[in-house]
Amino acid sequence: MMRPADLVASATRALQANPLRSALTALGVIIGVSSVVAMVALGSGAQQQVQNSINSLGSNLLIVVPGAAQAGGVRMAVGGGGRDSLTLSDVDAISQIDGVVAVAPSQRGVAQIVANGLNWNTQVQGVTPAYLTARDWTVASGRMFDDTEERQARKEVLLGQTVVDNLFPNMDPVGQNIRISGGTYQVIGVLAAKGQTGFQDQDDIVLAPLTTVKRRISGRNGRADTVSQISVKAASENDLDRIQEDVTTLLRQRHHTAEGDDDFTVQNLASIAQTAQQTTQVFTYLLGGISAVSLLVGGIGIMNIMLVSVTERTREIGLRKALGARQADILRQFGLEAVTLSIAGGIIGLLLGVLGAWLMTSLFNLPLVIAPTNAALAIAFSGLVGVVFGAYPAWRAARLDPIEALRRE
Amino acid sequence: MDALITAENLVKLYQMGDETVRALDGVSFSIPRGAYCAIVGPSGSGKSTLMNILGGLDTPTSGSIVIDGHDIGALDDETLAGFRNQTIGFVFQSFNLLARQTALENVELPMIYAGVDPKERRERAAELLTRVGLGQRLGHKPTQLSGGQQQRVAIARALAGQPALLLADEPTGALDTHTGEEILQLFADLNKEGATVVLVTHDLEVAAATRRTIEMRDGRIIGDHANTPELAHQ
Repeated sequence: MMRPADLVASATRALQANPLRSALTALGVIIGVSSVVAMVALGSGAQQQVQNSINSLGSNLLIVVPGAAQAGGVRMAVGGGGRDSLTLSDVDAISQIDGVVAVAPSQRGVAQIVANGLNWNTQVQGVTPAYLTARDWTVASGRMFDDTEERQARKEVLLGQTVVDNLFPNMDPVGQNIRISGGTYQVIGVLAAKGQTGFQDQDDIVLAPLTTVKRRISGRNGRADTVSQISVKAASENDLDRIQEDVTTLLRQRHHTAEGDDDFTVQNLASIAQTAQQTTQVFTYLLGGISAVSLLVGGIGIMNIMLVSVTERTREIGLRKALGARQADILRQFGLEAVTLSIAGGIIGLLLGVLGAWLMTSLFNLPLVIAPTNAALAIAFSGLVGVVFGAYPAWRAARLDPIEALRRE
Repeated sequence: MDALITAENLVKLYQMGDETVRALDGVSFSIPRGAYCAIVGPSGSGKSTLMNILGGLDTPTSGSIVIDGHDIGALDDETLAGFRNQTIGFVFQSFNLLARQTALENVELPMIYAGVDPKERRERAAELLTRVGLGQRLGHKPTQLSGGQQQRVAIARALAGQPALLLADEPTGALDTHTGEEILQLFADLNKEGATVVLVTHDLEVAAATRRTIEMRDGRIIGDHANTPELAHQ
């Protein structure tokens, strides 16, 4: 019975005998594993990015907007006549639903802001204090206006970080005045930065009392109690689907609309996130799958070289058998050579793949996501490639007739 | 005397296309322990087939052969491998050393398959190489050794498993006359120390260096005689 240490020594020796050939053979696996690792990491990074963007909008969040939705609830078109369908009394009604933590109406306006001798075009959101809770905003400095100030239509604003950077590059904006559409407003706070969603800069925002925006900025001639959006925050993610249904039912009753004829849309960010996740996941699988083909080619390369090696070493195999090597010893020796090649290729491929993933994610500005299980899986899979494609050559070697083998030149 | 090898009515048939070749056609003989004998015959005489069966590389079609208590015909592949490892020491015409390994490592090879501990194996290999006169060349690769030295390494390797039978196939065939005589002398010395040695050769002069010659032709034994002692120990 051959000792395991001797088996390993014998396999590494055989591989070292032909360093260039061994390296080239392993190269197939190296390329396969590294591309699988890099592609999967890239896909996971994109997935993470989408997830982050959606999470930063606010967690456990439903967004109600006017207008009918297209099928699937992701894409929505503003239907004719539905633009002013949401009112403040809808907001009060929704806040009665069980499991709702915060309901925040908002009215969006776009305005040119002048301050400090600089000007900046941005969106002004007219909101109630509940908006901070509903949309996961925090105040970095200064304070938020309260409900009383909101009702009094105070000319007070909070600035997003991007607005601060552009209008107050070198000073604290809290306490300063800015001008919006001809009116003077006082900056009472600055919002903590949220970053990009990938589609837009969330920090490019000014928050003002809802009443103020309705009266002075959005310049809408319509009813005074309509809003452009209602954010509904649920206590937990588990309640989200149920609350979505409750809100829909409630608004149908209130608006006297039937299913398919709604003048509002309830968007569930979790389900949008899920759809986006699924899309990027398919993308990841696709990339991984294509790369896996190169791993297969690498495996065939190993089989090819191992077959050549068995032919070249026929005489050696005959000798080993004459000296007492059993079929199992020869099988293990050649099998181990193939597995060593493929696992060495797998380890090098993993390192190169991580490097490649790092380069690509920094290039595309994506988070670098490499799950340890994926790394372990890559190594295990390359080992499997060695076993599968090394099995046949090793079997051929083990089955050689020693008399024939010794006669071979 | 205690018989190491007992062969009775050995037959070995080969299928060559439509034709059946009788490589061995009823061979019976016996070789006692401590013998030094040669099996001679021209090519096609069946001596190589007999050697393969003696070495556990092949099994007879019919008849029986018992070597050191092992009935060769009854052994399966795995047991035959163990038999080759433990009972037989092979010496080949073309040495068959592993080119990338040192003399010491080449001698260790059979002991690796026997699962001998590395330290013990190294010591024994060094001892054996010293015994065949290569104590100063343990770390040499085969390419750094002369043909005679390479065959000595091969003999040391054959002795590694303390075999009951040293089986040499044309051991002087690749050597010049002088070196060949030295190798035959080594076999004679080993035999004096107790080893049973069987040489397979087509060369009658080589056969005459042993103490007994078994002559083969067309798959049969046609002569079996003792050699004169003077020739055996020249």
